Amino acid sequence: MDFNDTPEEAAFRTEARAWLSANAKPRAEGAAAPMRAGYSRVEADALARAREWQAKRAKAGYAKVTWPKQFGGLGGTPIQQVIYNQEEAKFDTQGGFFDIGLGMCIPTLMTYGKPEALERYVASALRGEEIWCQLFSEPSAGSDVAGLKTRAIKDGDDWVINGQKVWTSGAHYSDFGILLTRTNPDVPKHKGLTMFYIDMKDPAVTVKPIKQISGGANFNEVFFNDLRVPDSQRLGAVGDGWKVALTTLMHERLAVGGGAGGAGADWKELLELARSTELEDGLAIKNAVVREKIADTYVRSQGLKYTTYRTLTALSRGQQPGPEASIGKLVSAPKLQDVTGFGTDLQDAAGVIMDPEEAPMGAAFQQGYLASPGLRIAGGTDEILRNIIAERVLGLPGDIRVDKDVAFKDAPTGR
Amino acid sequence: MNFDFSDDQKELREQAKRFLKDKCPPKTVRAILDGGDSYDRALWKSVAEMGWTATAIPEEYGGLGLGYLELCVIAEELGNAVAPIPFASSVYLATEAILVAGSEEQKQKYLPKLASGELIGTFATSEGANAATPKTIKTTFKGGKLDGKKEPVADGANADIAIVLVRTGDSGERSLSLAIVDLKASGVTVENLRTFDPTRNQAAVTFAGAPAEALGATGEGWDLTRQILDRAAILLAFEQVGGSDACLAMAKDYALNRYAFGRQIASYQAIKHKLADMYVNTEIARSNAYYAAWALATGAAELPEAAAGARIAATQAYDYASRENLQTHGGMGYTWELDCQLYYRRAKNDGLALGAQRVWKEKLVTQLERKNAA
Repeated sequence: MDFNDTPEEAAFRTEARAWLSANAKPRAEGAAAPMRAGYSRVEADALARAREWQAKRAKAGYAKVTWPKQFGGLGGTPIQQVIYNQEEAKFDTQGGFFDIGLGMCIPTLMTYGKPEALERYVASALRGEEIWCQLFSEPSAGSDVAGLKTRAIKDGDDWVINGQKVWTSGAHYSDFGILLTRTNPDVPKHKGLTMFYIDMKDPAVTVKPIKQISGGANFNEVFFNDLRVPDSQRLGAVGDGWKVALTTLMHERLAVGGGAGGAGADWKELLELARSTELEDGLAIKNAVVREKIADTYVRSQGLKYTTYRTLTALSRGQQPGPEASIGKLVSAPKLQDVTGFGTDLQDAAGVIMDPEEAPMGAAFQQGYLASPGLRIAGGTDEILRNIIAERVLGLPGDIRVDKDVAFKDAPTGR
Repeated sequence: MNFDFSDDQKELREQAKRFLKDKCPPKTVRAILDGGDSYDRALWKSVAEMGWTATAIPEEYGGLGLGYLELCVIAEELGNAVAPIPFASSVYLATEAILVAGSEEQKQKYLPKLASGELIGTFATSEGANAATPKTIKTTFKGGKLDGKKEPVADGANADIAIVLVRTGDSGERSLSLAIVDLKASGVTVENLRTFDPTRNQAAVTFAGAPAEALGATGEGWDLTRQILDRAAILLAFEQVGGSDACLAMAKDYALNRYAFGRQIASYQAIKHKLADMYVNTEIARSNAYYAAWALATGAAELPEAAAGARIAATQAYDYASRENLQTHGGMGYTWELDCQLYYRRAKNDGLALGAQRVWKEKLVTQLERKNAA
C-alpha cells in the first residue's frame, strides 16, 4: 500500500509536467483554483483565455488524454487523464467552458453520430473553437427528466421543435447542443423520446440567463419556437432518445460525480477562522463545539479524499472503479453547506456580511453557503443519488412508477 | 497510486471470512451472550492455531512477522463476525504495548506466548466513569507493588497479564508510568462487571500490593499510552468497519424479504435512503481506516491524526449502522431472538473501548493545530 506512481505513470507524469512547464506558468502558491465558467463580468475574458489554452493543449493531445488519437486524444488510460489533471492543476490555466461538451455531448455524438458529423464537430470542439451544451432538464422535468415535454414533430425531412429547456449550463455561449425531445406522447414516457443535436445560434432558439441565488448566471432557459432540425441531426433511432440520454448521463456522472475535493471552505478554513474569532467565552478554537465540528469535517473530507485514492488505484490497476466512487457529491455538497453554515454562525451577527473586503477570509463561508444548495441539486439531487446508491450499489428495488405503462399524455401532472 | 490491499491480503481476508463463517456463526456469539463462558475458548484456540494472534509479531519473538495490513484484514472479519474472544485486548493492546515499550527481555518473555495465544493480555487504563487522564489516574506503583482499582478492564476475567497505567509522580503528563502485572498473582482481585455487551468480558480489577514490573521508563506512561491507543484504534477501526458492513448486509436482507403495504419495504425511499447513508458512512470509515492502516504499516509521522480519523469515522459508521439496522427490522429487531442486538451492543462497546469519540476528536484537533501552525 502506497501513494506512488508506477514507473509507467511516473514517466507519463514527467512528460506531462515537462510539456506544461514549457507552455504554462506555475500557479502562485495559495492562488485560487481556476474559475468555473459563469460569472458574466469576467466571463468574456475568461472564455478567451480558456480558448487559447484549449487550442494549445489540443495540439499536444492533452485536451482529452483518453480519446483515441484519430479524434485528437492521446489514446491514454483513465489514470493518465487523472495524472495530467493533477499536473495541470499546479499551473495557472483557464478551463471550465468545455467540460460539458467534451465530457458529455461529444462522447454521445461519438457513440451515435454519423462519420460526417464526427468529422465536422469533434476536432473543433476539442480545440475549443465551438462549445456544446446539454439540453435535457425542463421546468416540469428535473430529477424525472424523462417527463420532458419539448415536442418534436416530423415535417418532411425535418423535425419542427417547440418547447422550453431550463438549467442549461453555458447555453449563452454555446454553439451547439444536444437536445432531448418528445416525439410520441401516445406511448409511456421513456419510449417516446428522441435525441437531436442543434445549432444554438439558430434564430428559432432563444437563450435567457437565469440569475441564481449566488448572483451568478451560468444557467439558462432555452426556448424553441418552430426550430427546424434536419433528420440527419438525429442521434439514435426515433423513440430511442432515453437510451441515448443514458449514454450522456453516464458520462455526466463520470465528470461531475468525482467531486471529491470540491470548492470552498473546509476544515482547514474553519480551523483558521476559529483561531481568529472571539466568542463570548474566548477564542473560538478553544470551544469544544467548534473543535468537534472541525473534527467531524476533517473526517468526512479525508474519507472522501481517500475514497478517491481507492478509485484511482482501481484505474491504475486497469480495473473498473468500485461502487464507492458514487459517494463523492453526496458527501461533499452537504458537507460544504454544513461547514459554511457553521462558519457563518461563528461570525455571529456579522456572519451576514458578504463583502469580501469585510467578511473574514474573503467571505469564503458566506460564498460557500450560497453555493452549496446548487451543488446539492446539480447533476443529481442528494435524494436521487441516495436512490442510485440504494438501487445500483445495494441492489434494492426501484420505486413503483405509476406512469410507467401509461401513455405520456395521460400521465398525472401537477400545475 | 496503490492505495488498496494486495491480492494476497485480500485472499487472507477471504480465508478469514470463510473460517469465521464456520467457527463463529451467530450462535457461538449468543452462547456467550446467554451467560456461558466469558469468552469462546474453542474459537480462541483455533484463531491462535491459525496464527492470527501472531500476525504482526516479528519472527524473532515467535510471530509470523507478516505485518499490520494483514492484521487489519483479519480485524475486519473478526468485527464482521462479532467474535466473542479477547483478540483486541491481547493483540491490539497488550501485544502492541510490549512491542512499543518493552525491553528486549520483556519481549522475549511475553511475545512468544502472546503470539501462540497461550497467554492473554489486556490494557488497563480506566478508573471509573471519567476519561483516563493524568488527572484521574490514582492507582500507584511503588517498590514493585501495585495498589488501586481499575474498571472497566476489558477481558479482565480472561487475561493472564495486564499492562496498567499507574501514577508514579505528582501531576502532569510525566506523572504516569506503565507496569505489567500477572493477574493470577496474589494481591489481585478480579470481579466481573455487568455490562452493555456481555459478549465482551469487562471486569473490575483491584490491586492490593500486587507484584508488578515497569514497562518503559518512569514518567513515560502517558505518552506510551497515547501511542498504544493510536495503534489499537486503527486495528479496532477495521473491526468496526466489518461490523458496519454486517449491519448493512443484515438490514438489506431483511428489507428485501419483509413486505408491508403490499410491497418490499426495501422499495420505500425511507428505507432505501437509510441504507444508502449506512453505505456512505461505512465507505467514509473504510477509507479513513485504509489511510490509518498505511500509516501503521509504514510508521508514518501522520499516524496520530490518521488513527483519530479512523477511530472517529468508524465509531460514527458503526453507531449509525447498528441503530438503523435494528430500526429497519421494526419490532422484531428489538427481540432477544434476532441478532440485531449483537451489533447494537458491540458497536457501543467498541465505540467506548479505547475512549469515546469526544476524546478522539479532541486528540485529532490538537494534532491538526500542531500540524497547521497559525
